[in-house]
Amino acid sequence: MTVSSASPARRHAAALHGWLLLLPAAVMLAAFTHYPALATFWHSLHTTARGNRAAEYIGFEHYQDMLADPIFHLALKNNLLYALGTIVPSVALAIVMALWVNGRIAGRGALRLAYFTPTMLPMIAVANIWLFFYTPDYGLLDQLRGLAGLPARNWLGSPDSALWAVMTVAVWKEAGFFMIFYLAALQQVSPELREAATLEGASRWQYFWQVLFPLLMPTTLFVLINATINAFRLVDHLFVMTRGGPDNASTLLLYYIYEIGFRFWDQGYAAALTMVLLALLAVVALVKFLWLERRIHYQ
Amino acid sequence: MSSLALAPAFDSRFDRILNTVAAWTLGLLWLLPLAYAAWTAFHPSEYSARFELFAPLTLDNFRTAWEAAPFPRYLLNTTLLVTTILAGQLLLCTLAAYAFARFSFPGRDIAFALVLVQLMIMPDVLIVENYRSIHRLGLVDTIGAIALPYMASAFGIFLLRQTFKTIPRELEDAARIEGCGVLGVLWRVYIPLARPTYLAYALVSVSHHWNNFLWPLVVTNTVDTRPLTVGLAVFAGTDQGIDWAVISAATLLSSAPLLIAFLLFQRQFVQGFLRAGIR
Amino acid sequence: MRKLFTGLNRYAAALGLAAGIAATPAAAVELSFYYPVAVGGPITRIVDGMAADFERENPGIRIKPVYSGSYQDTIAKVLTAVKGGDAPHIAVLLSTDMYTLIDENAVVAYDDLVSTPAERQWLNSFYPGFMKNSQTGGKTWGIPFQRSTVVMYWNKELFREAGLDPERAPQTWAELVDYGQRLTRRDAAGNVTTWGVQVPSSGFPYWLFQTFTTQNGIELMNAAGTETYFDRPQVIEALQFWVDLSRRHGIHPPGVVEWGTTPKDFFERKAAIIYTTTGNLTNIRNNAGFEFGVAMLPAGAQRGTPTGGGNLHIFSRSSAAERAAALKFVQWLSAPERAAQWAIDTGYVAVSPAAWETERMKRYVADFPAPTVARDQLQYAVAELSTHDNQRVTKALNDGLQAALTGTKTPAQAMQDAQREAERILRRYR
Repeated sequence: MTVSSASPARRHAAALHGWLLLLPAAVMLAAFTHYPALATFWHSLHTTARGNRAAEYIGFEHYQDMLADPIFHLALKNNLLYALGTIVPSVALAIVMALWVNGRIAGRGALRLAYFTPTMLPMIAVANIWLFFYTPDYGLLDQLRGLAGLPARNWLGSPDSALWAVMTVAVWKEAGFFMIFYLAALQQVSPELREAATLEGASRWQYFWQVLFPLLMPTTLFVLINATINAFRLVDHLFVMTRGGPDNASTLLLYYIYEIGFRFWDQGYAAALTMVLLALLAVVALVKFLWLERRIHYQ
Repeated sequence: MSSLALAPAFDSRFDRILNTVAAWTLGLLWLLPLAYAAWTAFHPSEYSARFELFAPLTLDNFRTAWEAAPFPRYLLNTTLLVTTILAGQLLLCTLAAYAFARFSFPGRDIAFALVLVQLMIMPDVLIVENYRSIHRLGLVDTIGAIALPYMASAFGIFLLRQTFKTIPRELEDAARIEGCGVLGVLWRVYIPLARPTYLAYALVSVSHHWNNFLWPLVVTNTVDTRPLTVGLAVFAGTDQGIDWAVISAATLLSSAPLLIAFLLFQRQFVQGFLRAGIR
Repeated sequence: MRKLFTGLNRYAAALGLAAGIAATPAAAVELSFYYPVAVGGPITRIVDGMAADFERENPGIRIKPVYSGSYQDTIAKVLTAVKGGDAPHIAVLLSTDMYTLIDENAVVAYDDLVSTPAERQWLNSFYPGFMKNSQTGGKTWGIPFQRSTVVMYWNKELFREAGLDPERAPQTWAELVDYGQRLTRRDAAGNVTTWGVQVPSSGFPYWLFQTFTTQNGIELMNAAGTETYFDRPQVIEALQFWVDLSRRHGIHPPGVVEWGTTPKDFFERKAAIIYTTTGNLTNIRNNAGFEFGVAMLPAGAQRGTPTGGGNLHIFSRSSAAERAAALKFVQWLSAPERAAQWAIDTGYVAVSPAAWETERMKRYVADFPAPTVARDQLQYAVAELSTHDNQRVTKALNDGLQAALTGTKTPAQAMQDAQREAERILRRYR
């Protein structure tokens, strides 16, 4: 498909041009993605320089500290729960939303807009609004509960609800974004499939699970991977809503890294924590590359 | 969803209504936070948690927010930031994508795989090391520092490469016969034909970086560089406690430019996200 | 113009040209002045105005005020800048960051800067309560600037409705509980509509907790900042009291109470008594739709509160001329007239007795005596919790407090865990 039949001189020229074109991006990628990923490991083996004490090599001591660090354990557990608890509902909602706005429904355009709008708002800004929602007693949520005669609840101030409260915000923020991808996929589905299924007497439920859902599988994979990355990457709302509290009940890995690295200025330990995050993302990456490989062969 | 139990032959009216009601309930639920922010921002603060139809309207909260923090400066910073990033991305990604799509050179596949690594390991999670680098470069607290890690975007390279690959070779050959060089072909043939992809990518990039928070929080120190998101967080984080009305006003102020752009160009935005995400 | 210049400077620095430019001595000494904003109001404008006034009175010195965000941001920025050899000349930082600044060799002691007897006298002109967080090892490292304490605000209307004397605040812990029980209101279903008392516990619960420990006759750390006493019986007792307000007496909201919405809870009549900073006075005065009172905190074994807020620090990287100019600016800022005006504009407590004797301060409190409460409470004030590696030790305590308040740990367990963690962190500083 490329210039394989050309003369050696032309081939050399092409190779040179190729590399030259790639060079600027390659330098930047190396500097801000590959180098830091490797340097993280190197620095995780060192103490943090402080005042007039230079950094020293300490081997895997940070990793041993990590094993004994209850907040790290909690952050990891929270983050896995957070991933699961945001991905499943937001993907399910995204599919339902896409089915609705793809069908014949009154005010389809406006509805699509309504679902999508949260995507366009800064997380840090919506976190403020949600903070007011969750305020005990006179926050909107408790006012609604009050109508039903239910008592006020301290949503963000109780360890058993704080994490769920921040998860809800993430679902709200992301479902509409994922909807877009499903909508795109649904628009490629031929309406005749539906007619054929109806003719054969399939119920709508059967049609969805047996025909539509398998067709949407590539989209689902794509969305799942994006959702997983976001679950480890997006912690902005914690800064406003809970600061990881109460007693770290809602802390997530990246937020803890921020605290250690930029509040306590223990960048050595922060590097070790980052390694865990990178390892988690590497697992996701592996899944994705296997899938991507397949996709590229199709094209 | 209860409608699903009904036989498919009855695409009955009842069924349609049920779906519409459910869809709209969810839609209103999704709009509720924004509606609530608007309510709070446009009413005096004693109505923040009280919903009376004829509560007096006011713009005072916007005025207070505007005066209490340097929002115009933040807005300028964010604008500079997203344009810097976008300009850098367009340049770097175009060149790299062109290389991957149309040139054969040793190490290309490995290089491409190395690019794709960034789809997973985004600069957002490398804040600690990237901060070290930026610090060593003496660039802490500059807009350039916020932009640098995002300039070479794997996503952009991937997207443009896919687009460039769909452009027929014949067009390139024709341009070459007319005397175009490597960059000439790129400029005359590939870039014009990839315009929809560029638009899509630009919208995604701008909206992402307009809303980005953690990295800017880490590398900025002063009013002169802080983007809107960080400015808002600083503003809302005073020891004095939160005046809901003013915070809501500030929240709307900082989301408004992007939101208005989105409402005006919603078709392009949605199409943009679709196009960007479809692969 | 100045903005543009800053921008150019920064680019020059980025290009490595700064050395060349800085080597040529400018006609005027230019001092960068980092300050956080922690209260509402047009603080940046006030500070810019003060800088301009100072420049007018002191030609030859230029002040470059830099609004550096919250306290958290400011200390982060300053530490980074110190490491990069680019420290500010003067900065307002939390008094609790003193040990951190000393550990980083970032600041100079005022004792080494002052020379004349008048200057030495100036060092002793502030309330001793505020100096507790400003001195260690026999030296003064910070000059009080925007300082505060915890006080109690109460809703007089709700007091009246509960049959209490609206002009009298609870004076002791027992009275606080008693008043709280009368003030707490429930609807027909038994749900609370108004809480008797509310003490916020998000963000920095240790600060509010220090009110209870001080009142219970114990301090949380030693003066050298190398030891903490979180697991002492009086500390656990104090925490038990706070926990019991909610758990046993049912007069305080359960769980962790958000600091930021506490004033709003007060305005909405959801809490009859709140504990918060004196810095909230202006906010509450502007927004409470009812008569309110400000009082000293009720006493346990004794009265007590921690101080809070920021001090002025001079950085060690400066040249002798810059230090002298910086000292001049700090003296100017903390002079009685200025301190009084700053207190009136912001709601902070004026830092020296002389400031309260100025005409404008007298006129101000004649109309509105509430600020004097904080001043009078200063005699019972202790230093805000501050140790080496302060942020980390503080987090250990905060986590413990939140665990106890949310019921995941008993007060004793929570404080023992916090103490163990603090021990681990502080060991290397002894």
